[in-house]
Order: sequence, then structure tokens, then C-alpha cells
Amino acid sequence: MITKEITGTAPAPERVAPAPGPRPRTARRAWDEVPRWQIYLPLSVYLLFTLVPFYWILLFSLRPAGSTSLVPWPITFEHFEKVWTERSFGIYFTNSVLVGVATLVMTTLVALAGGYALARFDFKVKRGFMLALLCSQFVPGALLLVPLFQIFANLRMINSLGSVIIAETVFQLPLSMILISGFIKNVPYSLEEAAWVDGCNRFSAFRIVVLPLLRPGLIAVGSFAFVHAWNHFLFALMFLSDQSKQTIPVGLNTLMSADSVDLGALAAGGIVAAVPVVIVFAFIQKWLITGFSAGAVKG
Amino acid sequence: MAQAAAVAKPPAPPRRRRVSATPRRLPYLLIAPAALLMLGFIAYPVISVFYYSLQNYNPTKPWRNGFAGFDNFVQIFTKDPQFWDTLIFSAKWVVVEVGLQLLFGLALALIVNQTFVGRGLGRALVFSPWAVSGVLTSVIWVLLFNSQTGISRYLADLGIGAYGTSWLSDTSTVFPAAVVADLWRGVPFFAILILADLQSVSKDLYEAAEVDGASRLKQFWHITLPHLKDAIVLSTLLRAVWEFNNVDLLYTLTGGGPAGETTTLPLYIANTSVDAHNFGYASALTTVAFVILLFCSIVYLRLSKFGGDDK
Repeated sequence: MITKEITGTAPAPERVAPAPGPRPRTARRAWDEVPRWQIYLPLSVYLLFTLVPFYWILLFSLRPAGSTSLVPWPITFEHFEKVWTERSFGIYFTNSVLVGVATLVMTTLVALAGGYALARFDFKVKRGFMLALLCSQFVPGALLLVPLFQIFANLRMINSLGSVIIAETVFQLPLSMILISGFIKNVPYSLEEAAWVDGCNRFSAFRIVVLPLLRPGLIAVGSFAFVHAWNHFLFALMFLSDQSKQTIPVGLNTLMSADSVDLGALAAGGIVAAVPVVIVFAFIQKWLITGFSAGAVKG
Repeated sequence: MAQAAAVAKPPAPPRRRRVSATPRRLPYLLIAPAALLMLGFIAYPVISVFYYSLQNYNPTKPWRNGFAGFDNFVQIFTKDPQFWDTLIFSAKWVVVEVGLQLLFGLALALIVNQTFVGRGLGRALVFSPWAVSGVLTSVIWVLLFNSQTGISRYLADLGIGAYGTSWLSDTSTVFPAAVVADLWRGVPFFAILILADLQSVSKDLYEAAEVDGASRLKQFWHITLPHLKDAIVLSTLLRAVWEFNNVDLLYTLTGGGPAGETTTLPLYIANTSVDAHNFGYASALTTVAFVILLFCSIVYLRLSKFGGDDK
């Protein structure tokens, strides 16, 4: 009951729909009224550039080895069977899902806590902490491989997925936290205060009032973290030595650098690597854009 | 400010005290996990890189290990032509790559910001390479650029170009080829960030400009571009840093070759540390790279007057 009342007072979406109906004739063409061909022509050219590479890899994964046809016909799934079983992509897939989901969860939770503190409190080390967040963006993760390797060796975490999950999380955190604190700042503090008056404590007020409004932002941040962890290559390559612990990008690299490259298998492996993230992405791209525009750059 | 707001509330029924009872410690508790992770896995490694940069440290040659002072740095700046070559290539790579990504990303964002039939699908499709990894980008473009499997073979069938052209193993074509491959993945990123900011431009401004008879080009120049400035400055900087640091794509696409033609400084560092086990020297190179990056970023932010004039 409380919830309804409060969300009812939530701020209206910032973009007010333009008044419907035709514009006055006298007005010049607005951006809204760009001639159609000026949209569709460049878009088609760009779409071609985007899709041909996808088509190429799909072609190689579906047509029989040795075929040079530009249409994958007859379709064969032998390459997929091969990478999935012989080349252990089944195992890589599971590992990649584990790394991706664990990174998503950890990044979102830790960044949510930190982002809330940055958005809602003034405290002594806040400025220093913000500065550290920004500076960390200049620290090249790839160049810290050696000390990171030593740290994980000391923690006896080499060859465990935990090392990769921690490393991916840490390098996702700064940006995620900046984004999330931006989102939280966009939720009026008075909403939370109103919930306190109605008997919530700080945590339940946050959960009932703020969290639902953060959903698009959290989806953006979480998916960003997932996609990064799914795709990133060096940490897994360096920290995981057992083949049974490897992730998909490392598997792909192994296929690529093999002495005689099996193109069909390589392409099939590529499709396996692409499909989950492209699907995730297709669903979240709308939130990603609103998410970034809500809190992002201005924080 | 937040605390002040909490204090300024009307006289409290007893339970409200519980709400604001811990605000002094609460923010520290909340940032603790993030702070600890970053101290342990970013700050500490950075410091140890600085430390190793002053050491001879090579696990395969333990008899030479020990304090080296600034020897590594002297060697970098005076006796290591590869450092300068890779630094120059890095600069070229970042400038060309980020410049083109910005240009195409801006154009793409402006296009998909229009309302047109099929916009949702169009956006999802043109943005999709953003989700693809560096390694997968390499896989795809290796297939496309290869002499046997690539486009050049089919073009040759049509009478364009010669058979057996492999764009990635020729020193004259490898750079543009690598740039195109990275653009494929990088443009959508820029487009998404710019599109996000485009959505917040007030429509009123354009309507007012129309009433005043401003052309579309003028509207773009005087309304859109100034509005996007901060987003462009920030995303260009972030992207430049990422493009500089990222080794996934070039490592797997060209391996730095042919003949070291596409070795960036970070790739050189990775080779020095991982393949040659020369950790001390690699750490010194890392320190230099870090300083260069920080210096360039500060200069860039100053020059572009980030977040300065407006708001």
C-alpha cells in the first residue's frame, strides 16, 4: 500500500512526448523530419558492414568443410558437434557462464552498496575515493598481470575460476559504481524519507522504494559486467592453466593458434561464443541506452 | 547534505531514530567491499609494479635479480628502439581508431536517433558487434581477410584484385585491415554512449531554432554538438585509454606482426613479461606507459575544458 503511494509520486519520465499532430507548415524541417533516404541509405550501408562479418562466420560454421559456396547449403552441424565435444566447448561454455554470472552478481551488489554511499552521504574520504575510482580507469588491467598472478598464487587461487571472477569484478567496479551512484542521485531523496516516516528502516526503504526505480540502470550495469567478463581473455588465459577450467575466448584462441587451423570448428566456436552475449544484448540494448543517459556521464 | 536532510526532518517518532542511527559508520561500511577489493587488486599491484620497475627480476635468471635503480628506465629511453617503435604505433593506433570511431559513432547515433520504421531492430542489429569480444572479432576478420577463405578470393573471382591476397600478412595492408576490424566493434560503443546523451537534448531547443529559421546544419552545430560535448570528451578519453590498453584484439588478430608492424606498447610489455619472463623490465615499461597515459589524459581534459563552461 505504502509502495503504491510512493511510486505514484515518482518523477515522470524525463522525456515528455512531443505534441502529436502535424507541425505548422511554416516550420522548417526538424531533425524528426529528415528525408527518409538520408536515414535508410547510410543505415543500410552500415548494416551491411555490421552483418557481413556475422554472415561470414555463420557460413563457415554451417557449410561442409572444403565447400566454397556463398550459401550454407547443405547445412551441416558437424562443426558444432566437434567443437562442443572434441574441443571441450561444452566445458568452456559452463565456465564462461559461471564467470559471467558471478561477475555480474558481485559487481552489481558491491557497486550498489558503494554507489548508494556515494550518492546519499557526505563522508570524509568521499572525494579521495571518487578520485581513486577515476584514476583506476587509467590502470591497464593487462599490464598488472604479473602482480595479480602473484597475488592469486599466494591466495592459492591460481587455476580456480574465483581468481578470474575477482579480477573481472574489480576492473568492472569503478565504472559500475560511478554509474549506479548517478542512477541513485536521480531518485529523489524525499521518496526515501517518506518511506521512513511510514515506518521503513533505511534498508527496507531502499528495497521497497529505490530499488524498483533503479531496475533499468542495474540491468545496464549488470549486463555490461556480464558481457565484459564473458568476452575478456587475458585473465582467464593467465590465471587458469587446466584445460577443464578455461573459458570460451581462451578456447577460441587455442583453435586459432593451432598448427593447422580447422576453419569450420573455429567458426562454430565463434558462434557459440557470440550467441549468448548477442541475445543478452538484443534484449538489453534499450535499457543500456536509457541506463547510460540516466546516470552516466554527469554523475 | 544528505545528513542535513535527515536531521532536518520534523520531530521524530521513536522508530525514526533507528533509521538515522548509524549514518556515521554506514557509508564506510557500504564502500568497504569495493574499497578493499580495489586496494587489494588494483592499488597493491600498481605499487608492486612500481617496485619491480626498480629491480632486475627474471625468474629464469635468478642470479641477476636484485635492486637495479633506474637502469631499466635508462635502457628504455636510450637503448631500446622497440620501445619507441611500439609507442609510436600505439599513438597512431589510438588516434586513428578513436578518431574514426568518434566520427562514425556520432553519425550512426544521429541516424538511429531519428524516428523511422524498424528503428528498434535497426538499433539492435547495428549495435550488436559491441557485445562481441576482441578474440571473436579476430576470428571473424581472420576468416574475412584470409586469402583462402576471405573476401579477396571471391573478389578475385569477379575480376577484382588478385588471388592469394592475405590482407593481414602484408605489411602494407595490415594496418588498415586491423583498423577496420576494430572499427566494426568500436563504433557501436561510441554510438550507444552518444545516443544516450542525444536523448536528453530538449526538443524545445530545436523547435525554437526552427522558428528562428536555423538550418539543420546550424541546429547540429549550435545545439546538438555543444550539448554532446561532455559526453564526447569523456567517451573519447575512456575509449582512447581502453584502445591503448587493450591487447585482446591485436594479440589474436595479428600477434603484433607481420614483422612487429602492429605491436603496441602494451603488447610489447605482455611479450616481455609473459614470454621473456623479464618482469623487472616489463614493470618499468608499464610504469612509463602509465605515466604517459596519465599525462596525456590530464592534458586532454585541460585542453577540452571538460565540464567547464556550462551547467
